[in-house]
Amino acid sequence: MRRLEALQAIYPELERRVVVTIMGAVAAELQSLGHRPGFFYLQHAMGIASSIGLGIALCRPELEVVVLDGDGSVLMNMGGLTTMGRYRPPNLTHVVFDNESLLSVGGFPTATSAGSDLAAVAAASGIPATERVSDVDAFADAFNRALASDRLTTIVAKVDAHYEAPARTKGFVTDLGLLENRFQFARHLRSLVEER
Amino acid sequence: MPVSVDSSRIVYDALKACGVELVSALPETWLVHLIRMADDDPEMILVRLAKEEEGVGLSAGAHFAGKRSAMLMQNHGFLASINGIVSGAQLFRIPLLMLVSDRGTFGEPDPWQTEGGLVTEHVLHALRIPFERLDTREQVAPRVAKAMTLAHASNRPAALLLGRDLMWEEGA
Repeated sequence: MRRLEALQAIYPELERRVVVTIMGAVAAELQSLGHRPGFFYLQHAMGIASSIGLGIALCRPELEVVVLDGDGSVLMNMGGLTTMGRYRPPNLTHVVFDNESLLSVGGFPTATSAGSDLAAVAAASGIPATERVSDVDAFADAFNRALASDRLTTIVAKVDAHYEAPARTKGFVTDLGLLENRFQFARHLRSLVEER
Repeated sequence: MPVSVDSSRIVYDALKACGVELVSALPETWLVHLIRMADDDPEMILVRLAKEEEGVGLSAGAHFAGKRSAMLMQNHGFLASINGIVSGAQLFRIPLLMLVSDRGTFGEPDPWQTEGGLVTEHVLHALRIPFERLDTREQVAPRVAKAMTLAHASNRPAALLLGRDLMWEEGA
């Protein structure tokens, strides 16, 4: 499955939620579908996007938080899965796009290309629900099940190691400034809290 | 265990006084009472980490969610968190209050702590992270409050080094 198609399939749900992504293709492709003030793209600090999502979910149980992670990032913070499994906020959904490579730095294969199974690691870390999917329909079903459930879910979605820079994107750099995104996101979350 | 309960209480109260609602921590000897106090406090969100760098993400998430937070860690944990601090907290301008137990200084009996003690302040300087030491009980409340104020005014990390004379009650 193409990651862009997977993102398209869940975009109507993402639009209404708080979303934290990793850097690279995931960030650029989600922006190409339409940036929203509730989307934060962690353009570095590899590994801790899931920790940021966990922090938001624990501090604001009334918000629904989605983390869009990747195999390279999870491998850099595998202990973070055990922290998520320990606190397991029900308002958090954790998607891992697993293209078995470090795509944005030349496509070098990660350990998942040699059999490391991140869904099994997540389950063994105590994440209460895990899914492993490899086509768009199964991914959308798993994602909707995760949203409807009140359990932290990690969905490992096997995707192609393929990336074509969307329009107005140079390589992986979009026209949204890092800090513009960061301050807009914080302000948006504050407005969500004030609405309640 | 000669870790000072009274000093730990003063540090914990100082965190509460400046509005901290989430603490992330990885246990080390000098921090045991502080972590227990956070665990016993029904108003505090305590997140026990596998590795300290996660705490930078937790604090960023807490900040986005409108809550003040603090990281509790040993100086070796600070050293283990540096990429998260630089390309997370500094790149994205996150106010980040770090309380770092400063092991490996004068009086350190554990050989394995001694290298970290030599480099901690230099690394803080290199990262341009403003810091002060907490060596006496009188220093704690004002310095914690001022560090929190600066972290939020600058949208950057600020650090407090917990010293042996504050945290340890037996002469080494």
